[in-house]
Amino acid sequence: MGTISRGFTGRRSSADAKLPPGQYLTTDFPVLSAGPTPHVPLDRWEFVIDDGTNVLRKWDWKSFRELPTETITVDIHCVTRWSKLGTVWEGVSIDTLLADIQTDASYVMAHSYGDYTTNLPLDDLRNKQAWIAFRFDGKDLAPEHGGPARLLVPHLYLWKSAKWVRGITLMQHDKPGFWESLGYHIYGDPWREQRYSGDE
Amino acid sequence: MWRVGTVVALHDETTTARTITLEVPDWPGHIAGQHVDVRVTAPDGYSAVRSYSIASAPNSERRVEITVERLPNGEVSPYLTQEVAVGDRLELRGPVGGWFVWRAEQTEPIQLIAGGAGIVPLMAMIRSRASAGSIAPFRLLYSVREPRAVFYRDELHTLCDQDRSLMVTYAYTRVAPMDSPRPPGRINAPLIADATWPSNLAPTCYVCGPTSFVESATDLLGASGIGRDKIRTERFGSTGERK
Repeated sequence: MGTISRGFTGRRSSADAKLPPGQYLTTDFPVLSAGPTPHVPLDRWEFVIDDGTNVLRKWDWKSFRELPTETITVDIHCVTRWSKLGTVWEGVSIDTLLADIQTDASYVMAHSYGDYTTNLPLDDLRNKQAWIAFRFDGKDLAPEHGGPARLLVPHLYLWKSAKWVRGITLMQHDKPGFWESLGYHIYGDPWREQRYSGDE
Repeated sequence: MWRVGTVVALHDETTTARTITLEVPDWPGHIAGQHVDVRVTAPDGYSAVRSYSIASAPNSERRVEITVERLPNGEVSPYLTQEVAVGDRLELRGPVGGWFVWRAEQTEPIQLIAGGAGIVPLMAMIRSRASAGSIAPFRLLYSVREPRAVFYRDELHTLCDQDRSLMVTYAYTRVAPMDSPRPPGRINAPLIADATWPSNLAPTCYVCGPTSFVESATDLLGASGIGRDKIRTERFGSTGERK
């Protein structure tokens, strides 16, 4: 146990049991972004999967929205320590997007409009673990929350769920994205509290 | 790793915000704009952690200042702004963050835009500039509800008096003082044109405040011709205690 803070009692709730270590519950939806919010018109939006050299698949908004979608209800956890339970999204599973791509890559770099990047193991995007989400709480995803569409990888800290996502690059080897180059953890599992690069 | 800091001074900035000065013997130093995680622990072991922007410039005294705004339904901020006393100990982790930072080696014009408690990390930049003897031209546009909600007023006044290359413009949103050149209102394009560096000087911009404020300020900067790669932001939501 750490140093006791004289006079601090804190507030405990039944929901704490569902929270990863060091997180607290919020009911609104704070925003964390490194720069200005890009406003991406749907007629210019596209999503590209490439291997660093060649484009493997590409969708414009129309063809993307013709793909089968799923409704996803998940808890989300931000490294700035808020968690939000039972959020409801609609999106296209990454499994659907990767369906006809053969690859021996082990990692991906997600790229966003506005030049944000974040890296993930490819296995973390497969098997119903990740989506490209375009609706939140029954409404089109607002630009400050990543609209028109963002990556959603709820089992990792939310910075991995790249807002304004425009594609993923398949990679043989891991390399750090934006926050990962600035002191944040390379993987970012909230249940192991992998916040900063020194953790674990 | 968690370090123990001892509260050595308390100062009320406003009726709802308090600056806490901590002495941290093994503090590794920080860069202006970084934040620190603060952990408070109840006698039964329950603990809560929040991130706060560091308000102080890096210094040799191993002192770290944070300014905490009390949130009506907050769990930690009421404790930090009302209960904590000189001599109490808090646990700290950090400093954290390598993006929303200003380093004394930067010589380009700097535009700071604060909304409310978003002034805190920007004040650390202004203080770092002063303590490093930097002559980088700084402008601060500080949007605040009313005169009595201003943090660090006297210090900002003194710093501006001493240094012509630091300029501060207040933008009051609800109540403006009688000698204010503008009626109260939200920041808008004419104010941005008037009070911020023109885009041809390629200023680096740091914008910090509530989400809606940061969205509108960065849109206005973009419309004024500032490249998006020159704009760095830090946002907090209504329950995000990251200040």
